[in-house]
Amino acid sequence: MTVTIGWYMSLAAVLFAIGAAGVLTRRNALVMFMSVELMLNSVNLTFIAAAKELGLVEGQVAALFVMVVAAAEVTIGLAILVAVFRRRASANVDELSELKG
Amino acid sequence: MTEVVLFVIFAAVALTGAVVMVTAKNPVYSAMGLLTTMFTMALFYILLDAHFLAVVQILVYAGAVMTLFLFVIMMIGVDKKEDTAETIPFQRGLTVVVGAGLAAVVIMAGRQAWVTGSTAFGAPDLNGTIETVSDALFGTWTVAFLSTVFLLTIAAVGTVALAMFGTPQLRDTKSEEAP
Repeated sequence: MTVTIGWYMSLAAVLFAIGAAGVLTRRNALVMFMSVELMLNSVNLTFIAAAKELGLVEGQVAALFVMVVAAAEVTIGLAILVAVFRRRASANVDELSELKG
Repeated sequence: MTEVVLFVIFAAVALTGAVVMVTAKNPVYSAMGLLTTMFTMALFYILLDAHFLAVVQILVYAGAVMTLFLFVIMMIGVDKKEDTAETIPFQRGLTVVVGAGLAAVVIMAGRQAWVTGSTAFGAPDLNGTIETVSDALFGTWTVAFLSTVFLLTIAAVGTVALAMFGTPQLRDTKSEEAP
């Protein structure tokens, strides 16, 4: 029995689903950000598994670009979070409902 | 056989870390769960011959990103209880259904050859050292690589702008209270 590429992709799928469930259920903006990071990481695992399966280094390059985008996203997201917290003293996304109709 | 044992053990660790991250009440525990998952991801990258990306994973994610997360958690404060009341009815149940459905669909898709692109002939050996990755990065994908420079610059400028001009109200209330 060997570890085929489907094993890695299935693991990545389950991790992605857990991350999606975290984004949908949690109300703490920080934990929601972490869940988004988990989803990005699971996609990276899929990219790298596919790169191994196809023998193409482009999959690893794509994963590197995903890491760059994730780093930029975390920087901006946490800055927004800190700005919101300084104004509202809360990290709860349900309280940010001023634009509600 | 060794690979199977390693995969099963570390897949269990990764899934445990992910579940802990989603379910933990305290954001610090969430961060620790995510950190565990990040480290096991790096091990999977090594198993998949992506040595350079495994190192980048540990340096960037486990090092920089998680430190940033923990810094913000400590700054914002972790002692506040999270309000878990549902504002949208049936949201929890829907989330379980949607998450399980998503996992099922992606697992099914991952078994199809037209999704994974795998052929019966196998693939050429891939050695994801820094040399092969940078060959592709600075050869074929130079323009994409250079555009990430713009992306990171914009992100840095945006963060500084948010920090400098993000809280006008706070400054007003402070100046009113001060005298």
